[in-house]
Amino acid sequence: MNLAFRDIRHNFFRFFLTCVGLGLLLGVVMAMIGIYRGLVVDALTIARAPAVDLWVVEANSRGPFAAASRIPGDTREAIARLAGVAAAGSVTYQTVETEYRRAKLRLYVIGYELTRPGGPPTIVAGRSIGRARYELVADRTTGIELGDRIKLGRATFEVVGLTEHQVNSGGDPAVYVTLADAQRLQFDVSPSAARVQVAKGAGIASRDNVNAVIAKMSPDASPDLLADIVRRWKHLTAITQTEQEAILTKSLVDRARRQIGLFTSLLLTVSAVVISLIIYTMTLEKIKQIATLKLIGAADRTIVGMIVQQALSIGIIAFSIGVGLILAIKDSFPRRVVIEPDNVAALGLVVVFICIFSSGLGVRAALRVDPATALGG
Amino acid sequence: MTTQQSIQPLVRVRNISKHFGEGPTRVDALRDVTIDVQPAEVVALLGPSGSGKSTLLNVIGCILDPSDGTLDLEGGPVFAGGHWLRSDLRRLRLDKIGFIFQFHNLLPFLDATDNVALVLQLAGHEASAARIRAIELLDYLEVGHRRHAFPAKLSGGEAQRVAIARALANKPRIILADEPTAALDSKRAGIVMDLLRRLAMDQQAAIIAVTHDEKIYDRFDRIFMLRDGRLEREERRSP
Repeated sequence: MNLAFRDIRHNFFRFFLTCVGLGLLLGVVMAMIGIYRGLVVDALTIARAPAVDLWVVEANSRGPFAAASRIPGDTREAIARLAGVAAAGSVTYQTVETEYRRAKLRLYVIGYELTRPGGPPTIVAGRSIGRARYELVADRTTGIELGDRIKLGRATFEVVGLTEHQVNSGGDPAVYVTLADAQRLQFDVSPSAARVQVAKGAGIASRDNVNAVIAKMSPDASPDLLADIVRRWKHLTAITQTEQEAILTKSLVDRARRQIGLFTSLLLTVSAVVISLIIYTMTLEKIKQIATLKLIGAADRTIVGMIVQQALSIGIIAFSIGVGLILAIKDSFPRRVVIEPDNVAALGLVVVFICIFSSGLGVRAALRVDPATALGG
Repeated sequence: MTTQQSIQPLVRVRNISKHFGEGPTRVDALRDVTIDVQPAEVVALLGPSGSGKSTLLNVIGCILDPSDGTLDLEGGPVFAGGHWLRSDLRRLRLDKIGFIFQFHNLLPFLDATDNVALVLQLAGHEASAARIRAIELLDYLEVGHRRHAFPAKLSGGEAQRVAIARALANKPRIILADEPTAALDSKRAGIVMDLLRRLAMDQQAAIIAVTHDEKIYDRFDRIFMLRDGRLEREERRSP
């Protein structure tokens, strides 16, 4: 006869409510882990999208994501000629605010050369950019629809394709335009500003700049060796893909990661305290029953088993409710929430550990109960 | 030989003392108490509050360590020389002693059958056999029709009869009852006492009850009056 199960069944509504309450708490913990994972994935998405091995940026910069970088547009030709480079392309990255359907919309504009690396990794609707000017591929999270026209800077673009999961580390959805359009958007100054520069004698600054040149290597080439070669050019530096990802995860999202990590730890601690209190209170409510069990001859393991099984039941059911809830609503979050199976398993193990540890308080209280408590009023 | 066995007391308490604390804070709860209870005998422990009757019941129930004296249950020594002679007192209670409580103390999350069957399962009986035996006991105590009811749905008298069934589940020959009729009205108290007497006769069991309930004094074979931890007097009755 399983006493824990019988007790749960007898007080099922109360037990279920307890599980739901705790499940919501564990759901928040899972959401925080998912948000953190999403943050890292988002931070890496744009850097991984072109699937390249090397990033060539301005000297002494950790660009183009963690720091500003501006290099001449002809750098791509120099890089493309290096031994071991299979393909190279120029790219620009810029955050732009525009208006769409009477609402402000922040976009991460990526400029790329149509036949070279740097474009959207997948097109889920519509087509790729086919013309040299005024066409755009947008991420679905922008809310922009195929065929829409949207103004960026002084030009109006037609949305010809949609991609998905392309956001920058700040969560701004990406749009892809041709390099020429992107250069105009980023490097053209307004007519009034241009007149001021001419009056100063500074002349019109060249528009042929890019933020980075990206390169795919031949299978037998080493990105590290090539990076060393590029670094010898004083005005450039090179960052391998591995280094770029390290910069993004350890530098760009590090504070957010630590903040979320701390908050998640606090939530887990609160969950542990809540589980402990629930189990302890449940045990205290059963003091007379436990005394009776001891008096009629129940072994300690029967009593301990009842408490631990109930603690584990609460933890596992609450955990299932929490994870189920987050899986159901994760796509409604404004930023990406990534629930990885290994994270779910890890949190599950932590919950089991917390339950066993927390039931210690209840077990301690139960083992201290004097059987004589059952006698008398 | 048979005659000798039949007169051997089921509970034999010899010079049992129990004190709490030492020095100026010492309280003597029991002082040199000696009683015997025979099979088929229903006895009461009476006395004012603090007289030691609950302490004596706890000692006989192997819940409380005596300070001195000897205790024999079913002819076998259990406590002597200042220590218990059995290592597993809980198992001893499970096998030899049935407890009946003032407020029945049934587990609220088990129905009547399972409350009784639990004790049998704790003793190692198979679940199905335990349930069969539990139902037999409930029928014997005339609460078989309430076998699926949970304690909260039972009347006071029904709950107490289920509690008695639980106490009898492992066929103990020693039954300790703590105020068994305190929560019942006169009519139900009488029914419960009749039941206990029938059990004592049918199973040749010794029933020891602590009670303050004057209306059932005449239902006992013997009454042990305790005062200040001492056995003040013993009254033999003819119920």
